[in-house]
Amino acid sequence: MKTENQKAWFFVLPVLLLVAFNALIPMMTVVNYSVQETFGNNQFFWEGLTWFEQILNSERFHNALGRQFLFTGLILIIEVPLGVAIALSMPRKGIGVSVCLVLMSLPMLIPWNVVGAMWNIFALPDIGLLGYTLNHVLGIPYDMTQNPFAAWVTVIAMDVWHWTSLVVLLAYAGLVSIPDAYYQAAKIDGASNWAVFRYIQLPKMKNVLTIAILLRFMDSFNIYTEPFVLTGGGPGNATTFLSIDLVKIALGQFDLGPAAAMSLIYFAITLLVSWLFYTLMNRENLNDYKEIEQ
Amino acid sequence: MAKITLSDLRHSYLAQPRVPEDYALQHLNIEWEDGGAYALLGPSGCGKTTLLNLISGLRTPSEGRILFDDKDVSDLPPDQRNIAQVFQFPVIYDTMTVYDNLAFPLRNRGVDRATTDRRVREIADMLEVGNLLKRKAAGLSPDNKQKLSMGRGLVRDDVNVVMFDEPLTVIDPHLKWKLRSKLKELHQRIRHTMIYVTHDQTEALTFADQVVVMDLGQVVQIGTPVELFERPAHTFVGHFIGSPGMNVLPCEVANGTVRLNGVPVAVDGTVDSARTGRTELGVRPEFVSLAESGIEATVRRISDVGRHAVIEAMVGDHRVAAIHNGENPNVGDTVHLAFQAEQTRVYADGWLAMQEGTA
Amino acid sequence: MRKRSIVPIVYILFLMLPIYWLVAMSFKPTNEILAGFSLFPQTFTLDAYHTIFTDPTWYWGYINSILYVSLNTVISIAVALPAAYAFSRYRFLGDKTLFFWLLTNKMAPIAVFALPFFQLYSAVGLFDTHLAVALAHCIFNIPLAVWILEGFMGGVPKELDETAYVDGYSFPRFFATIFIPTIKAGVGVAAFFCFMFSWVELLLAKTLTAVAAKPIAATMTKTASSAGYELGLLAAAGTLTLIPGAIVIYFVRNYIAKGFAMGRV
Repeated sequence: MKTENQKAWFFVLPVLLLVAFNALIPMMTVVNYSVQETFGNNQFFWEGLTWFEQILNSERFHNALGRQFLFTGLILIIEVPLGVAIALSMPRKGIGVSVCLVLMSLPMLIPWNVVGAMWNIFALPDIGLLGYTLNHVLGIPYDMTQNPFAAWVTVIAMDVWHWTSLVVLLAYAGLVSIPDAYYQAAKIDGASNWAVFRYIQLPKMKNVLTIAILLRFMDSFNIYTEPFVLTGGGPGNATTFLSIDLVKIALGQFDLGPAAAMSLIYFAITLLVSWLFYTLMNRENLNDYKEIEQ
Repeated sequence: MAKITLSDLRHSYLAQPRVPEDYALQHLNIEWEDGGAYALLGPSGCGKTTLLNLISGLRTPSEGRILFDDKDVSDLPPDQRNIAQVFQFPVIYDTMTVYDNLAFPLRNRGVDRATTDRRVREIADMLEVGNLLKRKAAGLSPDNKQKLSMGRGLVRDDVNVVMFDEPLTVIDPHLKWKLRSKLKELHQRIRHTMIYVTHDQTEALTFADQVVVMDLGQVVQIGTPVELFERPAHTFVGHFIGSPGMNVLPCEVANGTVRLNGVPVAVDGTVDSARTGRTELGVRPEFVSLAESGIEATVRRISDVGRHAVIEAMVGDHRVAAIHNGENPNVGDTVHLAFQAEQTRVYADGWLAMQEGTA
Repeated sequence: MRKRSIVPIVYILFLMLPIYWLVAMSFKPTNEILAGFSLFPQTFTLDAYHTIFTDPTWYWGYINSILYVSLNTVISIAVALPAAYAFSRYRFLGDKTLFFWLLTNKMAPIAVFALPFFQLYSAVGLFDTHLAVALAHCIFNIPLAVWILEGFMGGVPKELDETAYVDGYSFPRFFATIFIPTIKAGVGVAAFFCFMFSWVELLLAKTLTAVAAKPIAATMTKTASSAGYELGLLAAAGTLTLIPGAIVIYFVRNYIAKGFAMGRV
């Protein structure tokens, strides 16, 4: 068991100072803006909760939020099962493991704007590999700069391309931690492949999958650079997710008050969903162990 | 339940074994009776787990056949061999309840609900986990987890053999004893053929009717615990079983007389003169006593282990242990040792070198 | 076995397609790119790379990026190590709250902070320095590093610490010569993630720099908008950003699978 030791605070102090410097001061600035109105030249007027009311009631925010949830939901539905399926079919030993790990990690290490630019070039209707193949080889009309559906498909494909490997890596790590004896016992017990997955592999992957889903939720909910470079939020507002909308308001229109209020609401939603998800998963885990103590 | 025959079995982990050293398992011929309790005993790396995996079908032998009741199963996968195996670390299905864990092997084989329920409850009661049936398996203590994985092996009444691969490794010492006797009791009630793999002689000797001692991929002796103790077929068995192990001392054999450091020693019958090679004398500490005359030795250390003392004395450069009751000599004293003749034997190159029928 | 390996192969092919296209395009002259579709470069040219390696605004972009990413990785790991040790070994007032608060910073939408960060770092006079970006990236890398390292340290039995103290080691000596080597896989994994997230981030890096510390990613966005549409140059610059990542993965490839499995990650 851990020992009680208040001196441990000294160990944590550098972290605390650095993160607090980066988190608290800007956060205070944001809170400060969120309750005031400014017309430039450093004049501020108290506005109270006006901005919050305005944002929460604005259709623009509702739409952006809706798009955001749709996007995050879709990529989770695609990336998690796909990642698990790929992890299950990956080799367990030999040179193949290294090859898979290195090649699969590659997309995650590309700067996000390069990812956007790369997919832009890839998807250009007449000169991109994807655009050309769809339009001229398969005869499917495709132009993500004009067609909102095409834009969505491209943004989703890009995110799947970019981040499925994270799920693969985590799920794979969960899988390799299962001792051989489990598979042997299952064979002897006459378990089907499905039963092996359901009762051995899935439970062992549960923890890492929780982390994968949490990380994917947080990062996709904050997504900005890739879709911004790829579609600029268009066509129209079709791919304007929360962050893109926020930057448009803050830097484009310089409406600092509403932008700050929106930031806080947005942050609160992310926190709330992550927390809910985290406690739900944890509670289930706890229930597994509670029964011993009864 | 079945008789198990291993015939001319050899196994190598290499694709193309050439020399005998390439084989993890040397030439084996064993027959195991239906309903017997057997132990496979040997140090780590002696090939006992390999042998177990060959019987269970987790590995396919390089050469030779495995028969269950005269039916060749050498090429069958584990699930078609109808066997059960309990592993070193408890393997349980964390997310299932204790009940579902026990029912799992039956349900997978399509056993009807009523039979499943009856068997599960029977086994759970035998293992004393009947009151835990509704709990999630994840929260059990290590010994209950191991009971559960034993239970999954025992729950099927059609199994040919139940195999245990050092099942008590992770169990606390005070519970080891309990589980060990539980297992013995279960065998008497269920009468499945059981094979128990271990490197612990106490576990092997208490559990099994017949013990197979293995070393370096070979079977060195098969026998009852008493036979292994009283008439080791190989110096390894003498050494490995017993505490302390058998004394093994180099000796000269000439014209049927055995001499230790020049002193003639009486042995159990006649030395098989056909056996040549390095000759050694084997005698257990239990059969060495202090005497007025005999082999001269210097006492080096005395350890009192309670009921008796173990005296370590040097005969030339060789150490001899003797179990002694009564007054102890002092360290440094010169004593005389007497070997009980009918328990003293000659080994040539490790193997027993006494003529048959002289025992 | 054979049938199963089709899935990873198809997936890797899917991953490689856009990368191939980027690399292929970087070797094409602008005319060829705009003239129409060609699967392979018809006229193979290194012009774009030549431009990048001779123009200081381009190659300094790379140097700047690598500088602040390395600086951030070092800072994050250095402060996260003792903190993770404290979380894994001791109970102290507010420990759980603190840990959760740290993690919430990983959830903060970076876009929220862009403007306040600009003001903050201007106010303390760090604007347009490598240190500014390195420090700013700490907001998401420190929580991550603490989280990963805590998982690894939790797997090291406490007896290790106790034995060392009994043997007369002072805490700093024990930490540096025994403890850190024991969890070096964890340090590798944490450093990998810090490097990765700092290397790929653009919004903050762009906001906090103007000229002197401008990252390569920002140079690229400028090219995309101002100098017309120089796709070849853009593709070449993008191709070059793949290399540091690839090198880093190559070095930690063995840690990734093992590391994940060991830690609670």
